[in-house]
Amino acid sequence: MAPILTARQVTKRFGGLTAVNNLDLEIQERFIHSVIGPNGAGKTTFFNCVTGFNQPEAGEILLNGHHLERLSPDRITQLGIARTYQNIRLFANLTALENILVGQHPRLKSGMLGAIFNTPGTQREEAKALAEARRLLAFVGLTGKGDHLARNLAYGDQRRLEIARALASKPKLLLLDEPTAGMNPRETEAMTAFIHRLRDELGLTIMLIEHHMGVVMGISERITVLDYGEKIAEGAPVEIQTNPRVIEAYLGREEAEAAGEPA
Amino acid sequence: MTKNTHFNWLNALRMGLIGGVVALLISLVGMVEEFSQRDIIAGVITMGQTLLFIAILMAGYFAAGRAAGQPGLNSLPSGALAGLVTAGILAVLVVIIPLLNLRAILPNASPALIRILTFLQESLVVGIFYLLGAGAMIGAAGGLINILPAGIRRAVILALFWVGLLGLLQELLRVTLTNMPQVGAVLSWMFGSRGLSVPGAIAVFVAVAGGNYLWASQGDKVQDRIRAQPPATHRAMRWGSIVVAIAVVLYLPRVLGPYLSDVTNSVGLFILMGLGLNIVVGFAGLLDLGYVAFFAIGAYVMGVLTSSAIGQNAGQIVFGPQLSFWQALPIAVGVSVLFGIILGIPVLKMRGDYLAIVTLGFGEIIRILALSDFLKPYIGGSQGIVEVGEGQIGPVIFNTPQTLYYLIVAGCLLALFISRRLRDSRPGRAWKAMREDEDVAQAMGINLVATKLLAFGTGAAFSGLSGAIFASKIGSIYPHSFSLLISINVLSLIIVGGMGSLPGVFVGALVLVGLPELLREFSEYRLLMYGALLIVMMLTRPEGFWPEATHKREFHEAAASEVAPESAPAS
Amino acid sequence: MLRRFLERFTLTDLFMWLVGGSILALIVVGSFLTLRAGHYTARHWFDFVVFGLAQGSVYALIALGYTLVYGILRMINFAHSEVYMSGAFTGYFVADAMNRSGFLDQNPLLALLALFAVAMTTSITVAVLLERIAYRPLRRSPRLVPLITAIGASFFLQYTFRGLYGSQNRAYPDVEVLDGAWSLGGEFIIQKIQVVVIVAAAVLMFGLYTFVQRTRTGKAMRAVSEDKDVAALMGIDVDAIIVRTFILGAALAGAAGVLYALMFRQVNFFMGFIPGIKAFTAAVLGGIGNIPGAMLGGLFLGLFESVGPTLFLDGLGIPAPYQLKDVIAFTMLVLVLIYRPTGILGEQLTTAKA
Repeated sequence: MAPILTARQVTKRFGGLTAVNNLDLEIQERFIHSVIGPNGAGKTTFFNCVTGFNQPEAGEILLNGHHLERLSPDRITQLGIARTYQNIRLFANLTALENILVGQHPRLKSGMLGAIFNTPGTQREEAKALAEARRLLAFVGLTGKGDHLARNLAYGDQRRLEIARALASKPKLLLLDEPTAGMNPRETEAMTAFIHRLRDELGLTIMLIEHHMGVVMGISERITVLDYGEKIAEGAPVEIQTNPRVIEAYLGREEAEAAGEPA
Repeated sequence: MTKNTHFNWLNALRMGLIGGVVALLISLVGMVEEFSQRDIIAGVITMGQTLLFIAILMAGYFAAGRAAGQPGLNSLPSGALAGLVTAGILAVLVVIIPLLNLRAILPNASPALIRILTFLQESLVVGIFYLLGAGAMIGAAGGLINILPAGIRRAVILALFWVGLLGLLQELLRVTLTNMPQVGAVLSWMFGSRGLSVPGAIAVFVAVAGGNYLWASQGDKVQDRIRAQPPATHRAMRWGSIVVAIAVVLYLPRVLGPYLSDVTNSVGLFILMGLGLNIVVGFAGLLDLGYVAFFAIGAYVMGVLTSSAIGQNAGQIVFGPQLSFWQALPIAVGVSVLFGIILGIPVLKMRGDYLAIVTLGFGEIIRILALSDFLKPYIGGSQGIVEVGEGQIGPVIFNTPQTLYYLIVAGCLLALFISRRLRDSRPGRAWKAMREDEDVAQAMGINLVATKLLAFGTGAAFSGLSGAIFASKIGSIYPHSFSLLISINVLSLIIVGGMGSLPGVFVGALVLVGLPELLREFSEYRLLMYGALLIVMMLTRPEGFWPEATHKREFHEAAASEVAPESAPAS
Repeated sequence: MLRRFLERFTLTDLFMWLVGGSILALIVVGSFLTLRAGHYTARHWFDFVVFGLAQGSVYALIALGYTLVYGILRMINFAHSEVYMSGAFTGYFVADAMNRSGFLDQNPLLALLALFAVAMTTSITVAVLLERIAYRPLRRSPRLVPLITAIGASFFLQYTFRGLYGSQNRAYPDVEVLDGAWSLGGEFIIQKIQVVVIVAAAVLMFGLYTFVQRTRTGKAMRAVSEDKDVAALMGIDVDAIIVRTFILGAALAGAAGVLYALMFRQVNFFMGFIPGIKAFTAAVLGGIGNIPGAMLGGLFLGLFESVGPTLFLDGLGIPAPYQLKDVIAFTMLVLVLIYRPTGILGEQLTTAKA
């Protein structure tokens, strides 16, 4: 299978701080690929580079051969990448349905004239969009809450709404930034199963930032470990779990030695 | 919560002091004197006195009641105390005005003011005595109102409000309704020569209070009965009300007469502008303080294209194609849209405060250029443009208030229609998303540049339309008409009405434009009141009086969300 | 390659480059033509420069108020222009009374000190009330709300003072000791009052800078402007510091008001509006939140505004270029915010304004 996303030598600096340093990464199609690392390792910054929110100083990022580095975020989304956020960033004062409808923006076409004159084309498109939004709402398990303001939803519901919104643009690659943050074990399990569904039923490729090791190990086909902006390990979960550099990065040198490797 | 049974001196004093300062300001700014020329209840109480009484009443109200730890009967004396303090401050003012010759610094500290404050008594001492007495009584009344049961309290406050309102508008009502003789008889009973008559005031009070109380207790039942009707009845009722509304709108100028039609026209022009700014600020969240620029551009394009005063002499412009109103109108709107986009491009990356002040700068630049000698040959400079063209359809020339009314109504309806369609559409959602969170909106695939320019352009279109009609209505254009104050005016009215809310624009315009046009005193203190109103509204009801439902929640919960949410940790 | 270039530069960027380029061209060509025409002697330019510096000093003092409050609250205190006006306007009555009683001429130094004291006290009072009543309750509100409140407060104060003091223009009395001029090398003349204004402003600014850098309150102010919540955790009384910031800014504005009035004489209720916007431009020019920046920005703007209309526009045949003085100031604001939003000396804010 061909890689859907390729990052080569990506470097991002903020003033004197190098957040991402010469990172090479490949994500295979239909994989669930996790990016992990201690806090400040550069994971979210890398996500931001992929989605266009930050421009890398050096390196290339390609989506199916398309260069992403200099594109604006809206162009990148149109090409087929969607994301959720670490601390939920829904449109708080719009309803759940409206949030999803906004998510569909790149897949819809009607503009001002269509809206003002309420052309048959626009009417059809809006009806379809609404139906699709309801379908997505049901898919994430929020049926009946469509007219609730996003701000008034429960935390777990908000997370799911964010995913629904991301799915609305029919992406090829979905970036999930700490989707299980703040969840109890039961909710975490549900989210994990849900992420599987996303890949299995919708054929998505998923890149995941996650701190919850149980989730990471259980769900990923491939894991990339970052520390101080650099890749320190990459491979299947089994390999990562026993990799001394990874253990060192998370738990410190002593633990690595205790695992029986030379310092 | 400890039960506080002893008398809360401090709070009453504090409320009294605040009330006193407010009353002091109202007096020294000249509002009391100015407003005293109008009676609310003829021969009994003037508007000016009413203002002061409101200050005292509110001091008494807030000094009392559970919130101040004064439940039950303690409310009355604490209200009285607060009222007394307020009146006391006024009394001090009365004494020191002649003593310190305050008039040299504060021109409104005049003998007329003293007379008003001392109830027109010859003797200062007696007058002050009356003042203090009135203060105590009104303060106590304020306290009393506070402890009334909620239903009665609401009824009383509403009734007082309506007595005041009708007293204010008595001229207006008399002028309008003398056209209908049957009503005229009732009116002359209700209104004396200068304000409500005493029996009239009592009648209004009882009617409103009673009506409100009844509706509060029985209203739900009536609504249920209506809802229980079959759908056919519903449809009939809906069509019925639409027909009535259309009839009212069409027939209104005949009823209002020329002067009031003109007032309505001014309100209408502001409604048109308000609908435009509502898109820019309310939907898209872009605070544009230079909105008057597009009003000016629309007016000037109409003026230059249709003026017949062409030439080299003073008061003439050198170039003018002398088109007709209808030919020039779309061009005026088009040029406004163009400028909306041109002035929008530089500010694309700016947010919040910076955007506001830069757009303010643009508005001023346009005004200065319009006023300058540099552009005088082309657009008239300080002398403006005269002999602007008038619209005509068949035999009807749009040059009287009554005819212009229909033109303006048409414009407003068009703008309203477009706003509604846009609000519930893909572009409208893009605007609202941008307003909520620009970065995430962009991540949703929304092209910020196009979306912002679309907002600016559409807003400019409405404003330009309003300006073009304005130019034709007045017949001449002077740069002095296009100042920042208009931008502030429009901004105030959509804020008071409710940002993003379409009915709110109508409400805001009616109150903030209609009232000053009708009542000269309000016109005099217009901006002072706008400023105070903006502050008070932002502090108490930032969503406006007729909010778009979502906005209401945004403002009240922004503060609440700062408190740590129940479950979401930062990661 | 070309595609990459096109993806980077959009149509709007092109438009902005065109506009910026045209303005630059206008400035260069205009200046060249004006200087070549030679209508103005060195003495004229010297006068313009000195005038610009004096006016710029006033702008700088007011700009400090904007920059201090923006640094600490991240909001433009729109009503700061009225804080300035209230000091100048109230000072008029004191100045007038002192003039009439002869005190002004007998003890000019004492009289001026009293004048400054009254003006600064008035400004401080207005600013403190403003913060307490209009700004403090709204500190956690969404962005638009305090902004609108500030605008409302600005108008409210303007028209309140109009109501209180009347709508006519008032004129500060003549202060004998400040009358007259000095000549430099025979050719150039500089007015005494201009020197006083420039020197007084410089002294005040130096005082402020020292205060912010050296004292505990100053350090606390800088801490609060970095991160309000962390500062609170460190035990700093954030409310008190904010009030003190307002007081400092207001004191400078009040002083600026008196200096302006001594120079230009006329005061009225509307006098704060345009200088306020210009002072804010100056603050942005120097880098918002940056104190030396505000000072430099003010001087620069004053100079630009004084020399600019004649230098740029006269050569191009534009009649009455001084009418367009404000246009130059506003255009400068726009250009700075587009091309260098962090200002000449750079912003002193650690997080991007969002």
